[in-house]
Order: sequence, then C-alpha cells, then structure tokens
Amino acid sequence: MIFSLVFRVAARLLVPVLLVFSVFMLLRGHNHPGGGFVGGLVAASAFVLYALAAGVHNAQTILRTDPRTLLGAGLAFAYGAGLLALATETAFLKGLWLDVHLPLLGDLHLGSTLLFDIGVMLVVVGTVLLMIFSVEDRLPGLVED
Amino acid sequence: MVSLEGPLLWGALLTLFLLSASILAALVRVLRGPSLADRVVALDLVAYLAMGFLMTYAILVGESTYIDAALVLGLLAFLGTVAVARYIERIRSGEGVVQ
Repeated sequence: MIFSLVFRVAARLLVPVLLVFSVFMLLRGHNHPGGGFVGGLVAASAFVLYALAAGVHNAQTILRTDPRTLLGAGLAFAYGAGLLALATETAFLKGLWLDVHLPLLGDLHLGSTLLFDIGVMLVVVGTVLLMIFSVEDRLPGLVED
Repeated sequence: MVSLEGPLLWGALLTLFLLSASILAALVRVLRGPSLADRVVALDLVAYLAMGFLMTYAILVGESTYIDAALVLGLLAFLGTVAVARYIERIRSGEGVVQ
C-alpha cells in the first residue's frame, strides 16, 4: 500500500494539535463538558490518524509503549486515586483536595479526581489503540511500513 | 435562551434553517447515492454542515461549549472519510480479498 505524501505531512501537523486538545479536554472536564473519556478518545484518534497516514508500525513507534502498558497504567492510576482516599481514612474513591502555591503556576486546587480522570484517559487510549492496531494488522494489503 | 436580537437574530435563524435544509439534501444523497464513494462524500458534507450548525447555534445561544464540539468535529470528521477511501482503494486493487 502506497501512503499519500500530502496526507502524511498533514497528519504530522495534526497529531500534536489533537494531543494538546485531548489534554485540554481532560483538564476542563471537571466543570465543563469533557473529561477523561473524551480526552482519551481524541488522543487515541490522533494515533489512529497517524496509523492511517504512515502505517501501523510507525504509529506504534511514536506511541513508544505497548497499548497494553497504557491500559495497565491507567487502571493503576484510577485504583491509586481510590486507595489514596482509603489511606486518609475516608471512603474509597472520595475526592481529596489540596490547595498548593507554586512559584510559577500560582494557586492550584488539586484533587484526586484528576488522578482518576488521567487513569480513565489512559485506559481509553490503550483500549482503542489495542483494538484498532490489531484490526489494521489483520487486514490484508496494509503492510507495516 | 437566546442572546441575540434584531437582524442578527433573524440572520442566525435563517442560517440554521438553510444549514438544516443542506443537511437534509446531503442525507438524500447518502440514501440514494449510486456508489459507495458518493455516500462517503455526502456523509463528509453532513459532518461539515453539522460543524457550521454548531457554530451558528453557539452564537445564537451564547454558549461557548458548542464551539469546542465543532472544533473536535472539524479535526476528526475527515478521519472516517480517509478510512473508507482506503477501504475502497483496497477493493479496487483486489487486495481486499481475504485469504
């Protein structure tokens, strides 16, 4: 399969935009539409776009890890957010909030729900990419490079 | 909750009406399209018209959340089209035959 040069260059420009946008979606999800799930879907579609433009093998290279690793890390993050609340002798998964002042960033209102959301995002990215990569690999005519 | 008034309100309403009519016309092409490629291009058109619809609606109700939805739609709408285009290309070249 020959990959289009125009599409590959466009994908190279679009992938960073989509990844930044997915982080934006993740962070604003607490008070507005968005959140870990949508952010994860946008991030996953960035890698799917690259897989369509430059091949599954190249997409796996820029992902750097196996999608299964992302899945496990995401579950660990979400579970860790729950255990964090359990460790402070409140209910499992109860949101904990911490107000800190950092030199450059100013006052931050950090919560363990963000940790949980990051976990959800990683699980979604891992699951979607695991599905897409394995489906694309099986299809005849889609070579690795 | 409409935040516009005067000619701007009527302009926004007219835009929404025209975009709805265009989406319907494109959907007719999706249903009738003789070939697969016609349907895919028509679906692509529906996605971009929906983007315009979302933007106009965001202006009409003064809610910026819809702009983000339109942004996501604009970034990702062509992804499905590309995937189906690749599928069609593979069928044409005879590579789509499963061993």
